[in-house]
Amino acid sequence: MEALEKFRQETRAWLEENCPPSMRTPMTSEDETVWGGRNAKYANPEAKLWLDRMAERGWTAPTWPAAYGGGGLTKEENQVLQQEMRRIKARPPLSSFGIWMLGPALLEFANEEQKKEHLPKIVRGEIRWCQGYSEPGAGSDLAGLQTKCEDKGDHYLVNGQKIWTSYADKADWIFCLVRTDPTKKHDGISFLLFDMATPGVEARPISMISGASPFCETFFTDVKVPKGNLVGELNKGWTIAKRLLQHEREMISGMGLGGAGSGAGLGGLEQAAKDYYGEQNGRVASPSLRDHITRQKMDGKAFALTMQRSAEEAKAGQGPGAASSIFKYYGTELNKRRFELLLEIMGTKGLGWEGEGFTGDEITVIRSWLRSKGNSIEGGTSEVQLNVVSKRVLGLPD
Amino acid sequence: MALVLTEEQQLLRDTATQFFQERLPIANLRKLRDTKDATGFDRAIWKEMSDLGFAGIMISEKYGGTDFGPVGLGLVLEQAGRTLAASPLVSTVLLCGSAVQLAGNATQRQDILSAIAAGDRIMALALEEGPHHNPTHIATRAEADGNAFKITGKKTFVLDGHVADQLIVAARTSGNENDRAGITLFLVDPKSEGVKITRTLMVDSRNAADISFDNVSVPATAVLGSVDGGIDVLEQVLDIARIGISAEMLGLVQEVFDTTLAYLKERKQFGKVIGSFQALQHRMATQFAEIELCRSVVLDALSALEARRNDVPLIASLAKARLSDTATVMTNEGLQMHGGMGMTDQFDVGLFMKRARVATASFGDGNFHRDRYASLEGY
Repeated sequence: MEALEKFRQETRAWLEENCPPSMRTPMTSEDETVWGGRNAKYANPEAKLWLDRMAERGWTAPTWPAAYGGGGLTKEENQVLQQEMRRIKARPPLSSFGIWMLGPALLEFANEEQKKEHLPKIVRGEIRWCQGYSEPGAGSDLAGLQTKCEDKGDHYLVNGQKIWTSYADKADWIFCLVRTDPTKKHDGISFLLFDMATPGVEARPISMISGASPFCETFFTDVKVPKGNLVGELNKGWTIAKRLLQHEREMISGMGLGGAGSGAGLGGLEQAAKDYYGEQNGRVASPSLRDHITRQKMDGKAFALTMQRSAEEAKAGQGPGAASSIFKYYGTELNKRRFELLLEIMGTKGLGWEGEGFTGDEITVIRSWLRSKGNSIEGGTSEVQLNVVSKRVLGLPD
Repeated sequence: MALVLTEEQQLLRDTATQFFQERLPIANLRKLRDTKDATGFDRAIWKEMSDLGFAGIMISEKYGGTDFGPVGLGLVLEQAGRTLAASPLVSTVLLCGSAVQLAGNATQRQDILSAIAAGDRIMALALEEGPHHNPTHIATRAEADGNAFKITGKKTFVLDGHVADQLIVAARTSGNENDRAGITLFLVDPKSEGVKITRTLMVDSRNAADISFDNVSVPATAVLGSVDGGIDVLEQVLDIARIGISAEMLGLVQEVFDTTLAYLKERKQFGKVIGSFQALQHRMATQFAEIELCRSVVLDALSALEARRNDVPLIASLAKARLSDTATVMTNEGLQMHGGMGMTDQFDVGLFMKRARVATASFGDGNFHRDRYASLEGY
């Protein structure tokens, strides 16, 4: 306890000294998110400074071992760090699929050489990663993927196409699921890393309904990959893939709690309703809308309590309870409903696309409403999640 | 925040589980119903429950209680909900015991709390006057008459009202119908002159009564708490009851869910168990999610009571609204998935649906509590 308190004092002092003032303000747009990488551009030099200072201590990946550039913190110390960062409203220094998804998988499945090569660069934000999972013919049935990977003696040769590759056009490297045995399904998949600058790799952004293009189609034509880039055993990639999906789902579930882009700029559902609809005697003027808002708020609170309960159960050593299996499904559906309600509240002010007729917050809500539709599709659709609950948790047969 | 049970609490839950399964299984409720039992619950078993400490679970050891607290009581109620156990837990322990604990003077506490803890006294709260829960809608009047009060009015939906040894009556000593101020709680002997009690036979086969008061004279010592200040006590008491009955409903929905799941794994059509059909699987998975959320809400509400948090009214309304709504949906889903057998009296799912309806209407349904939640939140 005493050591932890000492750590808190030191951390607080260090953050006070090293977190630049502009990094203690809320982000005003998604463009300000720091993703790192070879081609990173920093409109605000303090963002780069903040990243470098945090990376120097390994605090971009606080719990990774120091030997690989991580912070080497215990869970408790990391909690303190996060609390202290929240205290001064510090922005995350780095957002990274490398940290959230690939890193934990490398720590578990990669060989020493691979860990030494890739993990420190992830920590420092030098290399930006993307995930090559889905294919045009392999969505919910991910294990049906067909991107071909042939053993050519001194290298692998990759041919095929991925889709929904987030930020592939901006990423430096890809972690990719490839088919190394066409005669088997789950047991014919391998986990491969390669440089997006390799000849034969092409990423084309896809225009989405929200107007943004965060996803790409990614084509591989005779891409030569060194054999040392295979993670884990040949044909055993599905195990790694599943573990990674777990991390991804946890990441997406948090959306139900209403974070960035949730219309927070409008002051919450009830305030927005008073502003856009009007109030009578302190109440939202429409009783029906008021009731809908309450249902939404109650479900949101119940969901937050359930995530909290699950965390407490895990901490008490009761393992990840069955409740965690519903997070991805419930959190994303909740988030979608929230945006539908927000648009109802905003009326015609919730129908703008761009330009002077609408505030920045209004446009953000409208774009986020459209973006939110993907939440219940990406990382395993709601239907797949319900299948998982039915079979694994409830024990219902095929 | 404690959303995880302590060892002591787990032990209590196990004791309660075993007790209700062995001593008050659903067969007990069926027997009371089929024999048109005059009491509507088994007094001997209520005595056993008090011996186990269930009746005195909220009462301090000074009065012979076990003082296990709201979380403990919630665990007992949840298990009672699983077997539809008919007992005076809600009327006597949740409502009246809490009222006396909160507002009673030393004499009243000594007399009443020790009798409740010993299982020797059944009590009932006479509050409602209309078809919807509305704690301030009180037209029943208590006129001061020298050193006494004379109560006149009509109460309805008084849980365990026809078997109570003692009543707590909410009456107006000043102000107008729907005023918050001016409500006073009185301890009334149901055998007093002018009290007329009519048992109402309810769909859930549990107890309730209509009670009318015609110039019923009670002494000033019968006032529970302060004259005109009853609403503050009532609101706290009702929040305890709302949270407690939510715990009962949690047991109810969990039992319907478990029973339905077992049925889906056993019933065959088209040559396979119907639980293999995705149309049913997804509906069950959805209900699983809803019930997990219910569990978190009930646990948080119970620990809010235990820690005397200031958001008790808010979380009580959240719990009662969510459990009421989920109980309606889950009992409907359960019945539908049981097919024609679900429509028969032989299967239990119908009994759960009936109890869910009554529990939903008790102390405010989803509509009441969403409205209250919004008002508490200032919109």
